[in-house]
Amino acid sequence: MKQKEKIIEWLLKISGGITILITIGIVWVLLYETVVFFKVVSIKEFLTAKEWTPLFTNKQFGIMPLLSATMLTSLIAILVALPFGLTIAIYLSEYADRRFRKIVKPLLEVLASIPTVVYGFFALTVVTPFLQNIIPGMAGFNALSPGIVMGIMIMPLITSLSEDALYVIPNSMRFGSYALGASRFQTTFRVLLPAASSGIGVSVILAISRAIGETMIVAIAAGQQPRLTFNPLVPVETITTYIVQVSMGDVPQDSLEFRTIFAAGMTLFVFTFIINNIGLWLKRKYHQKYEL
Amino acid sequence: MRKLFFNSIFIIAVTLLIVSCGSKAGSKSEKLAGEVLIDGSSTVYPMSEAVAEEFRTVQPDVKVTVGESGTGGGFKKFGRAETDINDASRPIRPEEAEACKANNVAFLELEVAYDGLAVMVNPKNTWANDIKVSELKKLWEPDAQGKITKWNQIRPEWPDKEIHLFGAGTASGTFDYFTEAIVGEAKSSRGDYTASEDDNVLVQGIASDELALGYFGLAYFENNKDKLKLLPVDDEKADNGDGPILPNLENVKNKTYSPLSRPLFIYVNSKSLERKEVQTFVSFYIENASTLAAEVGYIPLNTAEYEASKKRWSDFLSQHAN
Repeated sequence: MKQKEKIIEWLLKISGGITILITIGIVWVLLYETVVFFKVVSIKEFLTAKEWTPLFTNKQFGIMPLLSATMLTSLIAILVALPFGLTIAIYLSEYADRRFRKIVKPLLEVLASIPTVVYGFFALTVVTPFLQNIIPGMAGFNALSPGIVMGIMIMPLITSLSEDALYVIPNSMRFGSYALGASRFQTTFRVLLPAASSGIGVSVILAISRAIGETMIVAIAAGQQPRLTFNPLVPVETITTYIVQVSMGDVPQDSLEFRTIFAAGMTLFVFTFIINNIGLWLKRKYHQKYEL
Repeated sequence: MRKLFFNSIFIIAVTLLIVSCGSKAGSKSEKLAGEVLIDGSSTVYPMSEAVAEEFRTVQPDVKVTVGESGTGGGFKKFGRAETDINDASRPIRPEEAEACKANNVAFLELEVAYDGLAVMVNPKNTWANDIKVSELKKLWEPDAQGKITKWNQIRPEWPDKEIHLFGAGTASGTFDYFTEAIVGEAKSSRGDYTASEDDNVLVQGIASDELALGYFGLAYFENNKDKLKLLPVDDEKADNGDGPILPNLENVKNKTYSPLSRPLFIYVNSKSLERKEVQTFVSFYIENASTLAAEVGYIPLNTAEYEASKKRWSDFLSQHAN
């Protein structure tokens, strides 16, 4: 019996260890290729140059145009997802009756299970032409349309996590607030939202890092032209799109051009890593425990 | 699906070939071995590679290698009889023909397809109705990167609006060809444009963006006529017709649409004709050039021209073989 326990314990240890080893392996490869890249291109140039054209005659290695596009699309996504997601979360948790909540919540989560390539074509073939009717002169590839669609995609993430955070607040707090004469609206916005702020914060952070790493939607609908701009109406190229573009082309391996995708990937990794850690930190710092 | 369709066409073609050549002592169905060496232009490369790939299914034991060291580089090897066939995106130069003669190499020039490049804008673009080669150069040369970003920088009467550029990706033969014809040096281009090897992305981009300008193979424009506006190109030279010229199949073939059109050739080395596998390969090439040219995006010759090629090839064969 004891023998059997030991074997099971080891099996569990091995499966846990494998994931850690894979993570280390990925980080190692990323780090190794990035270091080789930065032996040729200075970090200063990488961070300050305003153009990104590693595959062309006049080679420029400034990551800013790609980074700005990634930040722009993610920003638009969060501007769409946060107000809508949070409103839905508040409604489901505080206003809707339990039966309605039970039906609607899983339905919302269906949004999250739509393949991103479908979202991408939805952005390109439905949202973009629609927006072009409203905003004449908007380019067919732009940051706005995939940004909005990405916002729809990450909305369930915000709704679901925020709703959970609101739902677990003990009723004693609601009743306390009502007892003081507060309306339902006041209770929700003055008492419950601040109480759930850490959970909501975490949902936003996770949604942002999901948007930053999103590839398919922006690759299809945002364009492939690296440019340093915050204009949401023109074609841009995000970090992820660039990596896709180079991986699919016939850039020779072991060349500087090929290593640019590792440097770009590293930038992406560092970014999401920092953001996820801010989320963890937020959660730990502000997490409140309620006594039931 | 496309592959399947193509394969079935190919099988039919081969069957016809075998049937029609049955009288010639069944030479086509005979199993051959050996090697066919091809080098030269990277523009013709996809065409020759496609032929080679199909040839492998009929004659799996013949090793066909296709290089792409450029038309000029290829002719150097060809003149020394190191290669059997040279892919060329221009006719042979006199000095190259001299070199062949010095080594007792006779050759046959065969046109296999035409290649044209279209410069396009969005149909809603009302201002641009033609473009000069010098303007295209100003727009696409590496120095333009980050500097030429508005329409009125190309021509003052055009609007003070951003220009959104779409063009071939660096891995594409179209990229080499366009840069060589317009900028003057292959692979020399600005980098701040939407670069894609996928023509669908370029069609989509130009078709949906009023401020777009882009280029790709004329064959592809033909399939998307309603979504794009083709610009006539003016090479500012009088010798092939004055003023801007709108490309079509006809003037791409006769080269009045200049400099963005050219015929593509293969040159066959007389010294290689004693090898049966080279003979079979060239016949196979002419036979399948029409289908494969369209397949890889070039403009096929018409039937009469392919017939003429076939005739010249058989004459050349009877003259030099044996």
